[in-house]
Amino acid sequence: MDQPMNPKPAALAGVRICDFCGQLAGAGATKWLAAFGAEVIRIEDPVRQGRWDILRGVGPYVDERRGIEFGGGFNNHNVEKLGITLNLRTERGKELLTELIRQSDCVTENFAAGVLERLGFGYARLKEIRPDIIYVSNCGFGQVGPYAAFKTWGPIVQAVSGLTFASGLPDQPPAGWGYSYMDHTGGYYMAMAILLALIHRKRTGEGQWVDLACTEAALTLHGPALLDWTVNGRPARREGQPHSNRNQWPAMAPHGIYPCAGDDEWVAIACRDDDDWRRLAPVIAAPWTDDPAWATLDARLAGQDALDERVSAWTRGRDKFAVQKHLREAGVPCSAVQKPGERVDHDPDTEGLWPTVTHSAMGEVRVDGTPARFSATPWRMTRGAPCLGEHNEDVFGRLLGLSPGDVAALREEGVI
Amino acid sequence: MSALAGFRVIELANERIAFAGKLLADMGADVILVEPPGGDPARAYPPFLDDVPGPERSLWWWHYHTSKRGVVLDLDRAEDRARFAALAASADVLLESEPAGRLARLGLDHDDLRKLRPELVFVSMTPFGRGSANAQTPVTDLTILAGAGPAWSCGYDDHSLPPVRGGGNQGYHTACHFAAMSALTALFWRLSSGEGQFIDVSMHAASNVTTEAASYSWLVAQQTVQRQTGRHAAIVQTQETQMLCQDGRWVNTGVPPRSPADYAALLAWLRELKLDADFPELVFLEMGAALEKPITYDRIGVDPEATAIFAAGREALALIAANVSAHDFFIRCQRRGVAVGAIYSPEEAFEDEHFRARGFQTRVTHDDLRRSFRYPGAPYKMSATPWAISRRAPKLGEHDQEVFGE
Repeated sequence: MDQPMNPKPAALAGVRICDFCGQLAGAGATKWLAAFGAEVIRIEDPVRQGRWDILRGVGPYVDERRGIEFGGGFNNHNVEKLGITLNLRTERGKELLTELIRQSDCVTENFAAGVLERLGFGYARLKEIRPDIIYVSNCGFGQVGPYAAFKTWGPIVQAVSGLTFASGLPDQPPAGWGYSYMDHTGGYYMAMAILLALIHRKRTGEGQWVDLACTEAALTLHGPALLDWTVNGRPARREGQPHSNRNQWPAMAPHGIYPCAGDDEWVAIACRDDDDWRRLAPVIAAPWTDDPAWATLDARLAGQDALDERVSAWTRGRDKFAVQKHLREAGVPCSAVQKPGERVDHDPDTEGLWPTVTHSAMGEVRVDGTPARFSATPWRMTRGAPCLGEHNEDVFGRLLGLSPGDVAALREEGVI
Repeated sequence: MSALAGFRVIELANERIAFAGKLLADMGADVILVEPPGGDPARAYPPFLDDVPGPERSLWWWHYHTSKRGVVLDLDRAEDRARFAALAASADVLLESEPAGRLARLGLDHDDLRKLRPELVFVSMTPFGRGSANAQTPVTDLTILAGAGPAWSCGYDDHSLPPVRGGGNQGYHTACHFAAMSALTALFWRLSSGEGQFIDVSMHAASNVTTEAASYSWLVAQQTVQRQTGRHAAIVQTQETQMLCQDGRWVNTGVPPRSPADYAALLAWLRELKLDADFPELVFLEMGAALEKPITYDRIGVDPEATAIFAAGREALALIAANVSAHDFFIRCQRRGVAVGAIYSPEEAFEDEHFRARGFQTRVTHDDLRRSFRYPGAPYKMSATPWAISRRAPKLGEHDQEVFGE
């Protein structure tokens, strides 16, 4: 922990983000910036009580309380941000937003394509308000192109970009991703885009617009498979594929997820080469492992189904953590398939990864931290996500010079 | 111009961190890839150009090392260590994923290099983070994704089938995303402070915080999600979302229809396909189309009429899917405002008209082969500092003279 009297500096101190981001694909990006000290001002619609972000009132919940201030996912993705409300259907709301943009470095959003433009704040208008503004928009198919008007959420992005297809076992439907991998990852690309634009502006004074399409970011994650297609003409949709518990590039065998003792317990084992096989065989210590037929990678690949059966027969009665221990000691890549409670609460390698933040309504809650330790400018997460309009007095007062009376009047008038 | 023009990045070749270097190189950084004599082992990774192996023919290598220059250094030799130190002293960022302790033994770790170059942003990306008791534990993408959570959430309703590791080296990619975000954050700070720093990225931790509700359901409520076929792992089982189309391809149907407009659209579509006569639940669709407002989830399973309408909507979608191609299903639903997706293979997505129209396909010249090839393109469209592949991946030692002659 940092000494409160001598805190280390924040990498992004002084950066102000006028933030319309929600869900995870957007909110995840500005969470990173906020953790490194950017002032992220999250703007929500008072009329809909911020419910555009479907996570606002959705579980998990810390206790029996329900409602827009108690969504566990919303808190997780919005720590360290300030929250204000603005009704952009009103002229006064638009004036206040204009003032806020004038004092901000970036405007960020992940609405459907064209929404911010229709609200009167397209890039051309943003530039009028502040010529060096950075505007980063993030949606499923981007702001231009034949599908720009199509609606997406994480699983749709993953389906259309090939990620769902590439995850599964032969003769089965696609297994896909059991969560919105591309909401997380779209957020990472959005954070990179914001940082790249901030660096460029700091060096040149020039702002810009970034059109991020989550489907395109996802398509970049299939590099070798796409080159196998464009260079060799070999499609990923072919007999025997996908088989994503195996490895193609490079080929390895055995390589898979094998059953262990207990209910739904599994272990992953990967023999990278013949040396790994020579380390694995004595641990299994069964007569069949001495058969020279398994000694070479080519032979193991040719007989991979039978090999997997034999490895499964060995793992099936064993504890997954015992297998992990023995194979790691032997130098073979191996990991138990860890359940959430195991990796969160009982894994020394995730210590410090789950900070506890204080949320004004929920109280103390643990959240996802960040997997990078910075020696000079560490990340911080102590404040929970903002309640709806929690920082109206602070932001409208400190940045726009409004008095508490002015803010109360705006609330009366339905502007905030 | 490029966002990272003028920044120099030294990358110690390792399959785990290659993508982080590419993310910076394609944005204009001068990334110098340092390989050992004989080349990095990943040069032997398939697939190969025309399926013929060779150190300059790996498509894996081509993809992950675009826009970089390449040099060879034998860090076990004092002379080359001095060259490496000089190179690091000229750099803004160093990316490494070396075996634990190796750089310290060579006198090239952060403590050594910062004396030569206090401004250096030193990014170490290792399986479990520096200082872990597992620092010597070997890993692959599979074992990272198994231990860190993603595999637990992916797979099938049938739990006699194993959890599934999502394809495409995503465990490595996720760690590289964090390495790149870290490098950019530290570079931004350096522009005002003038100071470098040491950044310790754990691959295991990176995937641990990339599991959406699996982690926070536990953190908040100590609940454990369970994997399901092609949809979110959940505490309580949810309805299937994937449907099989006439062409044998699958679609993800997203959120099932609940609004009068949805039901009216389904009715019209069934009639157009002349499937209405074969659809016994037609009357419920008609009732759905006549509703005054959408069905709310709390009525499903409680109110018999709402339940029957909701079920008929799903049945209608399945019947339509079985009679059209996945592409048609996707386009027609989306044009009616229903958020569904075709489950494309990577090449089907790559060739799709939308991505072509946006210019995603990028041509890269291989001067040595007198050919050019189509590569995956920009992850983001930046108006002032566009993404670009500035050169094909380097051949072994291709830039030794150029770099060390500087």
